[in-house]
Amino acid sequence: MADIEFGLDTFGDIPQTDTGELASHAQAIRHVVAEAVLADQLGIEVFAVGEHHRPEYAISSPETVLAGIATQTERIRLSSGVTVLSSDDPVRVFQRFATVDALSNGRAEVILGRGSFTESFPLFGYDMNDYDTLFEEKIELFSRLLTERPVSWSGTTRAALHDADVFPKTESGHLSTWVGVGGSPQSVVRTAQYGFPLMLAIIGGSPERFAPYADLYRRAAEQFGTTAHPIGMHSPGFIARTDDEAKEIFFPHYKVMRDRIGALRGWPPVTRAEFENEVAHGSMYVGSPETVARRMASAIATLGAGRFDLIYSAGTTPMSDRMRAVELYGTEVVPLVRDILA
Amino acid sequence: MHSLTDPKKATIGILGAGKVGTVLARLAIAAGYPVLIASSRPPAAIELTIDVLAHGAGATTASDAAGRADIVILALPLGKAVPLDGVETLPVDQLRGKIVIDAMNYWWEVDGVRPDLTGDDVTTSELVAAALPGSRLVKAFNHMGYHDLDEGARPTGDPDRKAIALSGDDVAANDVVADLIDSLGFDAVDLGLLVEGAVLQPGRELFGANLGAAEIRDVVEQAAA
Repeated sequence: MADIEFGLDTFGDIPQTDTGELASHAQAIRHVVAEAVLADQLGIEVFAVGEHHRPEYAISSPETVLAGIATQTERIRLSSGVTVLSSDDPVRVFQRFATVDALSNGRAEVILGRGSFTESFPLFGYDMNDYDTLFEEKIELFSRLLTERPVSWSGTTRAALHDADVFPKTESGHLSTWVGVGGSPQSVVRTAQYGFPLMLAIIGGSPERFAPYADLYRRAAEQFGTTAHPIGMHSPGFIARTDDEAKEIFFPHYKVMRDRIGALRGWPPVTRAEFENEVAHGSMYVGSPETVARRMASAIATLGAGRFDLIYSAGTTPMSDRMRAVELYGTEVVPLVRDILA
Repeated sequence: MHSLTDPKKATIGILGAGKVGTVLARLAIAAGYPVLIASSRPPAAIELTIDVLAHGAGATTASDAAGRADIVILALPLGKAVPLDGVETLPVDQLRGKIVIDAMNYWWEVDGVRPDLTGDDVTTSELVAAALPGSRLVKAFNHMGYHDLDEGARPTGDPDRKAIALSGDDVAANDVVADLIDSLGFDAVDLGLLVEGAVLQPGRELFGANLGAAEIRDVVEQAAA
C-alpha cells in the first residue's frame, strides 16, 4: 500500500461567501483556484475539476480553470473529473489538455466520462439517443490521438480524419488519461479494453459494494491483454474539527444540492437520518480528520485502490469552511490514512 | 401455484445486465434460483461481467432467457423496452403467458426527453403491459435504489428487513412475485392494481424508498389521503 495518491475534486459548486450570500460564478471559480494553490502547498497529489453545465456549478470548462491553476502551482497534478467526452470533440480535448500539460510542466491529466448529467447534449447539438455511440467512437478516437502520431479515423459522430497531426505535442509523449465510471459494468469492461486506469465514482452505498467492479476491471484487462492499473475512487465528504461540527456545517448545504438534483431524478428530499446513515456506513466521508481518515483507509484497503479523490465542495458550503476542509485534508487526513495503511 | 417461487423449480430470467440486472441476479442466485441473464449485446460480450458480478448466472440472449425462464424480470432502460418508434424490442412471443416483473423507471439520463413516459397520468408499467400482450405483468423492484437492494436482503422476521412494493392486475401473479420478493430477502407489500404502482415512480412518494413494510403502507396511506 505504499504508493497511494490523494486528490481533491470539485465541480465548482457555488459557495456562500463569508457574509452568507451566494458567490457569483466568477467568485466561485477564483475560490477554486485559491483552494488548488493551498492544496499544492500542502503536498496533495492531485486536484481535479469536473465539467457541468448547470447553474449551481461554476465549472463548465475544466481545462481553462486548470490552466489558471497551472501557472500558480508547482507540484500538484491537474485533472478533470470528468471531461464529458461524449459531447466534446476528442481532438480539441487532446489539444486543450496538452496545452495545460505545457503550462504545468507535464502535470495535466484527463478523466474521460459520459457524465451523470445530460445538459451538454442539447447545448452542443448532440442527441441523447446516440449516448452509447458517441462515447464508444470518441474514446476510440481519443485513444489513437494519445499516440501523438498522425491519425486516420472515420465514424458517425464527427468528420473523418486523414493522416491528421494534432498539436501541441506533450513533452513526455504521454498525456495521463483515466476513465471515470459510475457503476455501469460495460463501462468498466470498456476501460480495461483500452488499458486506461479506472476511476470509480462511488457516491452512494457502502464502498465494499464496488469491490466486484475492481475485480471485473482486473479480469477484463487480463482477458484483453491490457494493463490493469491501480484503481482510483472518488467520493464526497467534508472535514471539520469534530464529527458534530462537520455534520452540522455540511448537512444543510449538502441538502440544498442533493434535493435540487434529486427533484430532477424524482427522489424525495433527503432526510437527516439518511444522511447520518450514509456518513456512518456509506460513501460520504464527513467528520473529524480521524473519522474521515479511518473510513477512507478502510475503503481504500477494501478496494485495493491506488488513489482516493475527495469531492470536498458539495452544495453551498461556505468558502472559509471549504478552505479549512482542504487544509485539514492535507495536513491531517492524508498523513493519518498513510499511517493507518502503512 | 407457488411452486413458481420454489428455487428448485423456477428459473429467473433477467433482461438487462447493468446495475439493476446484475444486483437482482446476485440476489436470486443467493436465494438458490437458477438465473439466466441477457443484454442487448451478444452473450459472449457479457460473459465476463456476469461471471464476476453475478457468478453462477447464465449469460444468454433475451429470447432464450425469456423462453426458458418461468419468471422474467425487465431491468433494461425503459426507453428501450417502450421505444418511441414502436419497433418491438422485447421477446414478446416468448414472454406470452409468463409472469413478467417490470423493474424499470423513466430515467432521463438514459432515456432522453420522453414526454410519453413522464406525464402525471402515465403509469409506465401500463405502457409496458400494453407492449406485452398476454404477459402477466407485475411492477416490482423499481422503487428501491440498486445499492440499497444490493445491501438490503435480510431473513424473514428480521426487524431491519426492508420491503419491496408491487402492483399488478393479475392477483395470482402478484402472489407469486410476493413470494419471490420474500425469498430474495425482502417483505412484499402488494399495492393492488398496476395503476396503483404510480406511487412507486420517479417524482412520487415511494420512489427511492428503502423502508420497512409498515412504513411503506403508511406512506401509501398518506399519499392517498
